[in-house]
Amino acid sequence: MTDRPYDVVVVGAGVVGCAIARTLARHPLRIALVDAAADVGCGTSKANTAILHTGFDATPATLESRLVARGYALLGEYAACTAIPVERTGALLVAWNDDELAAFASIRVKAELNGYTETRAVGPDELRAREPHLGFGALGALEIPGESIVCPWTTTLAYAIEAVSRGVELHLDTRVDDIANAGGRHALQTSRGQLATRWLVNAAGLNADELDRKLGHEAFIVKPRRGELIVFDKLARQLVNHILLPVPTARGKGVLVAPTVFGNVLLGPTADDVGDKTATESTAPGLAFLREKGRAIVPALLDEEVTAIYAGLRAATDESDYRIRAEPAQRYVCVGGIRSTGLTASLAIAEHVVELLADAGLVLGTAIETELPVMPSIGEASARPHQRADLIAADPEYGRIVCHCERVSRGEIRDAFASPLPPRTLEGLRRRTRVQMGRCQGFYCAAEVRSLLREKV
Amino acid sequence: MTRQVDVLVVGAGPAGLAVGAELARLGAGSVEVLERESEAGGIPRHSHHTGYGLRDLHRLLTGPEYARRRVDLATGAGVAVRVETTVSGWAEPLALDLVSPGGIERVEAHSIVLATGARERPRAARLVPGTRPAGVFTTGELQQAVYLHGETVGSRAVIVGAEHVSFSAALTLAHGGSRVVAMVTDLPRHQTYAAFRIGAAARFRFPVLTGRSVTGIRGRARVEAVELTDAVGHIELVPCDTVVFTGDWIPDHELARRGGLAIDPGTNGPVIDLSLRTSAPGVFAAGNLIHPVETADVVALEAQRLAAEVARFLENGDTAPPTVPLRVKAPLAWIAPNRVGPANGSPPVSHFTFRTSQFVNRSRLVVEQDGRTLYEKRARPLVPNRPYSLAADWLPLVDPSGPPVTARLG
Repeated sequence: MTDRPYDVVVVGAGVVGCAIARTLARHPLRIALVDAAADVGCGTSKANTAILHTGFDATPATLESRLVARGYALLGEYAACTAIPVERTGALLVAWNDDELAAFASIRVKAELNGYTETRAVGPDELRAREPHLGFGALGALEIPGESIVCPWTTTLAYAIEAVSRGVELHLDTRVDDIANAGGRHALQTSRGQLATRWLVNAAGLNADELDRKLGHEAFIVKPRRGELIVFDKLARQLVNHILLPVPTARGKGVLVAPTVFGNVLLGPTADDVGDKTATESTAPGLAFLREKGRAIVPALLDEEVTAIYAGLRAATDESDYRIRAEPAQRYVCVGGIRSTGLTASLAIAEHVVELLADAGLVLGTAIETELPVMPSIGEASARPHQRADLIAADPEYGRIVCHCERVSRGEIRDAFASPLPPRTLEGLRRRTRVQMGRCQGFYCAAEVRSLLREKV
Repeated sequence: MTRQVDVLVVGAGPAGLAVGAELARLGAGSVEVLERESEAGGIPRHSHHTGYGLRDLHRLLTGPEYARRRVDLATGAGVAVRVETTVSGWAEPLALDLVSPGGIERVEAHSIVLATGARERPRAARLVPGTRPAGVFTTGELQQAVYLHGETVGSRAVIVGAEHVSFSAALTLAHGGSRVVAMVTDLPRHQTYAAFRIGAAARFRFPVLTGRSVTGIRGRARVEAVELTDAVGHIELVPCDTVVFTGDWIPDHELARRGGLAIDPGTNGPVIDLSLRTSAPGVFAAGNLIHPVETADVVALEAQRLAAEVARFLENGDTAPPTVPLRVKAPLAWIAPNRVGPANGSPPVSHFTFRTSQFVNRSRLVVEQDGRTLYEKRARPLVPNRPYSLAADWLPLVDPSGPPVTARLG
């Protein structure tokens, strides 16, 4: 590592850190993006409900409300340009009792305070017609047409690839152990040597509080909230047409059933406060709870095979808003408490952080627009390579399928390794291509995929 | 681009290759067997132990030898075996869309035989909670890793399941240089034949822990332990770096379901009558898609006999006689074929095959319809995960306009 200081170092290469890096990178600045993991998006960004939120249910007048609404528009536009998989399924908040039905009025008021005016009441007959597999006893729904599903992995990767293409230096496997102030610069002691920077952005997610303390602040404590999720087989996809949301209660947002952009169905999450920032294991009670909830929402779902179970940690804090603040004297911005809405809000958070940096005195210079990356087509809503005769005719490797469950071709695996941000691990390859994410979980292709990986890494 | 063939067989495992070869021998026209892998042969390709070919080829072969022999027999008979060819879906009731390195094409057939096989249920589908470290396998993945790619898979393994395939996993682990620290089954006893068990015990000296379920996996980067829970909730940790989930077969029924074929609730494969007709005219099914799972030789013999039915269909069109469902009651798990009628011949291998989900020592096997007993006989002691046969001599008594027929233990 070099001693020449960076203009800005962003610590944390999750969806938020990558968004900040790619937004800053439009300016003539020397930037580094640092993460302890072997790939971008390895924390909360990889294990969430993968929903592009309108922000209809945010707490009005908060920073989160503003940034989610803005981020929704920005990411929608960005996804269209970069081929990030998005499906505009819409959501239905399903009421199962009179209290929930009565709550619709206040939810609509709240949505309007958040600037979202397109909610619509759906009667029981229409609800049944639109979601014929819904469980017994649904009284009606509130439709949120804008709620969408998105690929969280491709989003993070698109930001990171854009950042790297614009000259951001990405330091993976680089854990920040300590930070000192040396001659008006931040000196970061990392597991791979020292980094010096004039400005520092803390986007360390679950560890943002600890990094903040290293800079002498006691502003907040991250209390990881675990969410366990169950992914059902693609044969379940026809059971669900919309994101099916529970009516929010005092106990949190509850359990949802949603299609995924890969054509699966997601059930979850649980919400357990756990003390441990590494407690990403699923649990028997969590899975039992989800199955009980799922059986009530879409009974036939439980008859389908489960493809995956996983758990993610949200970076919750004591407050119900984001904890984003600038410390101009320290040339430091802290981006903490970004909870489950971080994916949606990511581009707006980045925009906001860049403004805070500029206000604090960072000279940005003139922004230069460059081409956006075009990401591999891994969603079901657009044509996959194996579905395109033109691609296969030009390159037969796109017709040579390695992963049969997800229909991933050898050409796509080759492309992933040739990308500006190639995978270093099997997990990284999975997130870039969908390889081995399907129902057989490797019965057919895992050994072959590992051997391809050994050739490349 | 649309092509026409007489018979399209999906899957070039023992069933698909055997039905294809026999169809070609019978002169049933152009026969094409589609295989999505780069090599035909199915699961025997990576199952390196011996024991293949006894009943169908009358010789003792290893899995790869058997797979090669089956491919040779099919191609020698004039079957076009097309590898690296994936069926992406149904275009019409008797036309499939294919993708291969050669491109995308549509193939119309006069008859289609589904022989897509079965796979082992992986860890997630068994809802085993915990972390998601490396070192978790199914037998299928383990065999490919060890035999096809020369991987070393760890040093201390726990095998989940105690049926034949579980002992085959033990052989593969030994070949890969891993010690088996325990075999675990939630059933009260192992389910393989005594000779296998005693042989394995003498050779490998691992304990078979019965009456325990795997309730968790521990470890971050690599498996560190499995958590076992017994019937009264007592939990123990078994340190290991490898876990192999064996057995618990599910048919690869995606294509069958996408085609709208009726699915049997017991086998999870397509519903089939005594001629292995599915619910879709002209579409037949064979192999472990219809009974997860039988050995390769049984599968091949059955598929070979299916060829005559397919040939008859090509000649005479659909002549399916009236049938009623054949269902099982617990503790029986499934039976195949699972639609029956009096004028429908007998099953291809002359008897039905069924499974139990529990050990049953003394019982009577009863077949009844509408309160009428069609068959009753003392059953052998029944062991889960082992194949049992039911005679077919009661078929003439079936009322094809009556309610479903039930097979149960009495």
